[in-house]
Amino acid sequence: MRVLDSMRAFMRRDQVFDFLVPVVPPDLDLTHGVILYLENLNVSFDGFKAINDLNLYIDDGELRCIIGPNGAGKTTMMDIITGKTRPDSGSAWFGQEINLLDMDEPEIAAAGIGRKFQKPTIFEHHLVIDNLELAMVGDKRVWPTLTARISGEQRDRIEEVLQIIGLSDQAKLAAGSLSHGQKQWLEIGMLLMQNPRLLLVDEPAAGMTHQEMDRTAELLTSLAGTHSVVVVEHDMDFVRSIAKKVTVLHQGSVLAEGTMDEIQNNQQVIEVYLGE
Amino acid sequence: MTLFQALKTDRGGMITLTIIALATVVVPVCNLLVPESNPFHVSTFTMALLGKYLCYGLLAIGVDLVWGYLGILSLGHGAFFALGGYGMGMYLMRQIGSRGVYGNPLLPDFMVFLNWQQLPWFWHGFQWFWFAMLMVILVPALLAFVFGWFAFRSRVTGVYLSIMTQALTYALLLAFYRNEMGFGGNNGLTDFKDILGFSLQADTTRAGLFIASGVALMFGYLSCLYITRSRLGRVCTAIRDQEDRVRFIGYRVENVKLWIFTFSAVLAGIAGALYVPQVGIINPNEFSPLASIEMVVWVAVGGRATLYGAVAGALLVNYAKSYLTVAMPDAWLFALGALFVLVTLFLPRGVTGLLRKKEVA
Amino acid sequence: MTIRFYLTRAWLPLLFLLLSVPPAIAVSGPAAEQQLQQGLARLVHGNFQEKEAAITQIATSSDPKAKEILEALLAGKIYRLKKDNTLVYTARKGAKADIIGVLSGNALGTVKKRAIKKITINNRLRGKLRGQLALIDLHSSDPKQRLAAVNKLIKTLDPASAITLETLLQTEKNTKVREALLTARAIIGLRTDSGERRLQALENLQGNLNPAVKNELTSLIAAEKDKTVRLKAVATLSSIESEIAFYALLEKIFFGLSLGSVLVLAAIGLAITFGVIGVINMAHGELIMLGAYTTYVIQQFMPNSIGLALFLAIPAAFIVSALVGILIERTVIRFLYGRPLETLLATFGISLILQQSVRTIFSPLNRSVSTPAWMSGSLQLNPVLSLTTNRMTILIFALLVFAGLYITLKKSSIGLQVRAVAQNRSMARAMGVKAARVDALTFGLGSGIAGIAGVALSQLTNVGPNLGQSYIIDSFMVVVFGGVGNLWGTLVGGLTLGVANKFLEPWTGAVLAKILILVFIILFIQKRPQGLFPQKGRAGA
Repeated sequence: MRVLDSMRAFMRRDQVFDFLVPVVPPDLDLTHGVILYLENLNVSFDGFKAINDLNLYIDDGELRCIIGPNGAGKTTMMDIITGKTRPDSGSAWFGQEINLLDMDEPEIAAAGIGRKFQKPTIFEHHLVIDNLELAMVGDKRVWPTLTARISGEQRDRIEEVLQIIGLSDQAKLAAGSLSHGQKQWLEIGMLLMQNPRLLLVDEPAAGMTHQEMDRTAELLTSLAGTHSVVVVEHDMDFVRSIAKKVTVLHQGSVLAEGTMDEIQNNQQVIEVYLGE
Repeated sequence: MTLFQALKTDRGGMITLTIIALATVVVPVCNLLVPESNPFHVSTFTMALLGKYLCYGLLAIGVDLVWGYLGILSLGHGAFFALGGYGMGMYLMRQIGSRGVYGNPLLPDFMVFLNWQQLPWFWHGFQWFWFAMLMVILVPALLAFVFGWFAFRSRVTGVYLSIMTQALTYALLLAFYRNEMGFGGNNGLTDFKDILGFSLQADTTRAGLFIASGVALMFGYLSCLYITRSRLGRVCTAIRDQEDRVRFIGYRVENVKLWIFTFSAVLAGIAGALYVPQVGIINPNEFSPLASIEMVVWVAVGGRATLYGAVAGALLVNYAKSYLTVAMPDAWLFALGALFVLVTLFLPRGVTGLLRKKEVA
Repeated sequence: MTIRFYLTRAWLPLLFLLLSVPPAIAVSGPAAEQQLQQGLARLVHGNFQEKEAAITQIATSSDPKAKEILEALLAGKIYRLKKDNTLVYTARKGAKADIIGVLSGNALGTVKKRAIKKITINNRLRGKLRGQLALIDLHSSDPKQRLAAVNKLIKTLDPASAITLETLLQTEKNTKVREALLTARAIIGLRTDSGERRLQALENLQGNLNPAVKNELTSLIAAEKDKTVRLKAVATLSSIESEIAFYALLEKIFFGLSLGSVLVLAAIGLAITFGVIGVINMAHGELIMLGAYTTYVIQQFMPNSIGLALFLAIPAAFIVSALVGILIERTVIRFLYGRPLETLLATFGISLILQQSVRTIFSPLNRSVSTPAWMSGSLQLNPVLSLTTNRMTILIFALLVFAGLYITLKKSSIGLQVRAVAQNRSMARAMGVKAARVDALTFGLGSGIAGIAGVALSQLTNVGPNLGQSYIIDSFMVVVFGGVGNLWGTLVGGLTLGVANKFLEPWTGAVLAKILILVFIILFIQKRPQGLFPQKGRAGA
């Protein structure tokens, strides 16, 4: 009888082999208003402690800026959140229910975390519109992707995002032909297509003119509220223009946290930035 | 995008497919119906040669799919090709029956020669054509799937992956050289008599095989065109250019690679199965790393990431090979070596790249 | 002319042996000669009984010619002239035969076949001849020959041998020969009726590794009635067997290390180029091949001093391969940096060109490179364990090359620059390191080491155009397994894979062992994608 049952389970058409079944993460639970918990994280590379007992909490809908000198562990932290690097110890939770450390990059992306890299990484050989289409939320398994057709609704969404990032006129250009700032926006646009709850944005203003920077700031502030946004940035003017709350990382852990004014008057922070 | 729409945007493909379709009809006609005295007569030898090229074309499409579009440089596609060929070869061996030199109704000659008493288990079933064809598809697919499952999951990429694939085919080469493997050792499988009851010596059978190769090539071309023009195809090129990004927008890169790699292995297996009855032999040399790397050169010469480029490259290089190995046997390896160097240095987009001036790949 | 014809290959070593017999053994020349003559005379006339006596007479004559004569007799090469019964050696030449006087050693010209008649022997006489020949060897002045004779005797012991053994033991000084004689005596002891003597013999055979002892004990256990003796024999046998197993293990490890050292030699150059430049040079195997051919060419120029040629070949091969390597780097690879897959294809093309060039210049056939005398032969540690000298030498050589390379990279300024470029190319360039020059030099260094590996390989296998081909995959496996850019990793990885291969082989066969190792490495890089010894720093991730 048991054999028969297992045979039946094996033959079920809606369930394929275990390793082929997409792991569906539990729904995002935000009952406590906190979207990201990083607790007691430690990472070291050959004895060098990149992340040292890091604790960080991001609230739902918050726009948080993270600053810190080179080597403070900002990028490594993002690597941990998005599943690229595994911490030696500690925990990382997305909402109440989702343990990020159990998941890999695509799962984390599907769960609702989008990431923009320091260097704009877009698909240069594809059209701008294709870049957005590929990033679009949906069933991303192999067969559905093969047979995918764009619906009118999806086309509207792409148009909408093109408007938001100001690339409507460039929609049919190859992404590689965009300017540096436009590439940054395209990447942010790709994040938006994913409908993430949490956006991790690494140095969005790098290499931008002042006008572009202002537009980027506007874009990011408008995203906050419906999304939680974490911005890592070096440019202090840019940070000041968007930040409500700023976290300072130093040597892999949180040095200070507060409003921009508080941070600027914090003795430790001044030492770290100027004292060395 | 439907297949028809895809085809409309692929001018080179249209031309290539038209030529193949014409050849599929004209060559057998010129062979069978035009008398030998007529200058338009195509000899059976030439038809077999062209049929061989068609199989190579199908194989090249498979290599191009993984290399040109997905960025995986496989130096082991010869293994899939040869496995498909062995599948067909085993069927043809079983068809010989008691007409072999030793007249054993069950055992192929080489097994009688080795004093084997019974058929090894993996030779059972190959007396049925349908079973053999199933294996022609399944065995390369399974090998590609298992290999890919391990390799892609652990994110082996770049030259690591290339050498692994080469090692794979090298290991198979060593294994198939052994008599104990039960595949005829270094002589391989040969002396075939007939296929589905038709004599392999007959011109009509030859023509049939040629047509089958042409149809398979067109079918392979269209299916690859469908894949590359689908969203999945764009995901593939995205993986080739920015693997990390693809992961962070939620695609399972390893699964995409796995399925495309497996599909490509199936194409290679089919090509191998069609190749064997036309050349009349399959032996372990098809597993040699050189054979596999030659396939890559076809694609490189033709222009990778264009399907018609792969077909054109396969035809060009193999025509040159057929010509040179007869005219100047020593020069062929020099020419092949030089081709590797020159194409990578000066013609990264291949011959067809010269024709398309500025076009986004 | 006739003499030379007579000196066919089979007879050459024998002649040497004869020449090496010093006069001390051949007691009192004239008396010995006389006895020999008598023996020979009886050989001509007699029936088989007479011949048997003649053989004994010849053998005990102590004449230096005795051995040669008996060997020739055994081989059926001694004839008599029908007209005067002179004994002659013959070498047939169609219907005629060249003859040489047995006693005089003079060429006696050519005669018709009808003029001579063979001295016939039967099986009994053949056995007799073999026994007597062994006895002659037992008295040889060369300890090696005596040892060989004793070991031969052990296989055919009979009670009568006991007396011979005792006499020999009285005079024998060489420890190894004595040991063998004692073994022989103990084996005879095992065959006596007295239980006590058998026990005593077992005691003496404790830990004796001579293969004959093992056989003797096995048959003894099967037949033995006396319980104490049997128990003792079983214990002795099992201790001998476990010792043999231990030495077999040692031998396997040695073979593994030997294979590993070859892998290390082949892989270490690749480790440098791959580690520093990030480029897989598919022509690496062909650079090894060039080194081997360099060895061959140098030996062709100085055929009389093979050892010296080998030493000269090391720097020469280094230079040849390094120059070719630098040429490849400057003309092709340089333009393909950052495109590893294209580099792989281009260098594969170069490997084809190199192979075909060698085929055109030297012919596609294999060339054999001679091994100097001091490298051939083996080191016999005991009857079950012997280490071949050439493999030993190559193992040591590989370690030396490794040490040399390690020191070069750690201590010299070029080594510092190489390491700097390997770790951070742009930073090194900013510090004033000429990266392009370092690339070329690194490539030259890696290629040169490949050339040296070729010298070593020429001592193990035939030199042919395909020599290098099979090494590229293995070398790459070693580099991947050991960890890219880490010399220690290459050393440990190479030796480990070599030993693993040799341990798998008896179970699975050579081919399957290779496949298993391949599968293992694929699985291994699942767990440790960076190899055994990962490169430091997060850049490697």
